[in-house]
Amino acid sequence: MFKNAINGLTTAWRGLTLTIKHLFTSNAKREIIPITDDNYFKQQQNTNTIQYPKQQLPVPEVGRYQLDVEIDDCIVCDLCAKICPVSCIDIESIKSTEGSIGETSDGSKKLLYAAKFDIDMAKCMYCGLCTIVCPTECIVMTNQYDRTVFELKDLNYEFSDMKPEDAAEKRRLLEQQQAEKQAAKLAALKAKEEGK
Amino acid sequence: MNFYITYFIIAAGLFAFVGIFTLAGVYAERKISAFIQNRLGPTETGKFGTLQTFADILKLLQKEIIVPAAADKILFLLAPGIIFVAVYLGFAALPWAPGLIPSNINIGLYYIFAIISIETLGILMAGWGSNNKYSILGAMRSAAQIISYEIPAGFALIAVVMIAQTLNLQDIALQQGILSTEKIKFLGLADVTSAGGILAWNIFQAPHLLIAFVIYFIASLAESNRAPFDIPEAESELVAGFHTEFTGPQFALVFLAEYSMMFLVSMVGVILFLGAWNTPLPNIGSVHLATWTTGAVWGVIWILLKTLGLVAVQMWIRWTLPRLRVDQLMNLCWKVLTPLAFACMLISGVWRLWVM
Repeated sequence: MFKNAINGLTTAWRGLTLTIKHLFTSNAKREIIPITDDNYFKQQQNTNTIQYPKQQLPVPEVGRYQLDVEIDDCIVCDLCAKICPVSCIDIESIKSTEGSIGETSDGSKKLLYAAKFDIDMAKCMYCGLCTIVCPTECIVMTNQYDRTVFELKDLNYEFSDMKPEDAAEKRRLLEQQQAEKQAAKLAALKAKEEGK
Repeated sequence: MNFYITYFIIAAGLFAFVGIFTLAGVYAERKISAFIQNRLGPTETGKFGTLQTFADILKLLQKEIIVPAAADKILFLLAPGIIFVAVYLGFAALPWAPGLIPSNINIGLYYIFAIISIETLGILMAGWGSNNKYSILGAMRSAAQIISYEIPAGFALIAVVMIAQTLNLQDIALQQGILSTEKIKFLGLADVTSAGGILAWNIFQAPHLLIAFVIYFIASLAESNRAPFDIPEAESELVAGFHTEFTGPQFALVFLAEYSMMFLVSMVGVILFLGAWNTPLPNIGSVHLATWTTGAVWGVIWILLKTLGLVAVQMWIRWTLPRLRVDQLMNLCWKVLTPLAFACMLISGVWRLWVM
């Protein structure tokens, strides 16, 4: 019993000395060093708290956080929307009536207008599949991770740079062209039948 | 009529002190726990977070008092008041300085121990009145623990009382310094009546009182339901124990009672073992340090410093040692502390007869 009591007292004392040492170590603000630093895991002795909005751990420039779309490079192929496991990408394309409307920075031809290119960040699960399938690498993950909004709809990022009236105009043109084609087709068919 | 006004002023002053101590105590506890765990604690409200507890109490006081539908309303509403008043009344008999004591009663120590054991009743009322499994379990544990630990604590105190031959706390305080009318012997050998200081404290007048002090300190941790003896409110098992159902001002009262209890038991320990309001600095030859640092103001300063020191040790222990299991708790109380306390009492008797 005495051995037990002595053991209890000595171990309690050992614990108490440990905590008192920590009580009087530096209580200065944590020094912010990136996780790539060799000393990152050696910071055991001082303050551990990162006072977040005031102090931020540096993240790599190639961080895989929120999505960003360079709409000028987009050929509106819809691959990203198709592969997205949670269907957070919503794309509406309008076919151009005059063929190519320009080139992306890697030389692909753009044949479609992106009337709507919405990514719902509230749904996104940050898997990054869309960035892999993108043929022109226009959809990328950025190092931006801190976004707080008051309305859920503010998390729906709209990347399309087309004005609604422009989109309506293009839609009208396309319909007109299709109607013309249809008419031409019908006329050709008719001519064929008459010629028989 | 005038003395009634004095009574009210003293009572209000003690209440204000208890309130301020609780605010400062909670802040200190949060900071100490944070620093021990390499965190920063409250930093945002006020400079270094000093206004944090003030903001907390403002929030608590504005909250609604929710009485559970199945609760025993009378017991539930009365309980926090009884818990707090039991502890608060204990402050009436504590001496602060030579000649400065709210109520100089000749059975002061007995009165304090009688009145703070009413807290158990309040805790049982709270647990039973809440009509909640966790609350009643916490209350039962608390009652079992407090009643068990009153035995070693009581016998450790009796060991001092046998040396001091009085239950009057002011007299016990007087006997431990240069104002003593009796002869003081350091370790029962050297006469230090005129030197005073740390040499005249009870734990150095009779060395076995050091063991009695340790016993009392451990038991006082248990009586104020502090870790490592916090099984009545064990967060990981019982949500919050007996005060699970309390909200707003009622919860504030329970908290006030817990922190006042910490201060009260520490102050009783200081008065009985660590020289009460006497200075730790002895007279050395012509340097009359003890004489210079004795007086009403000095008394208040010394007793506050010593008591706050003990409170700090309580916090330090809380953030170091893990909680005891209930059987280990009873084991420690009945098989270790109680026999040791009896031995201390026996030695006190022998000491009184043959050494003093």
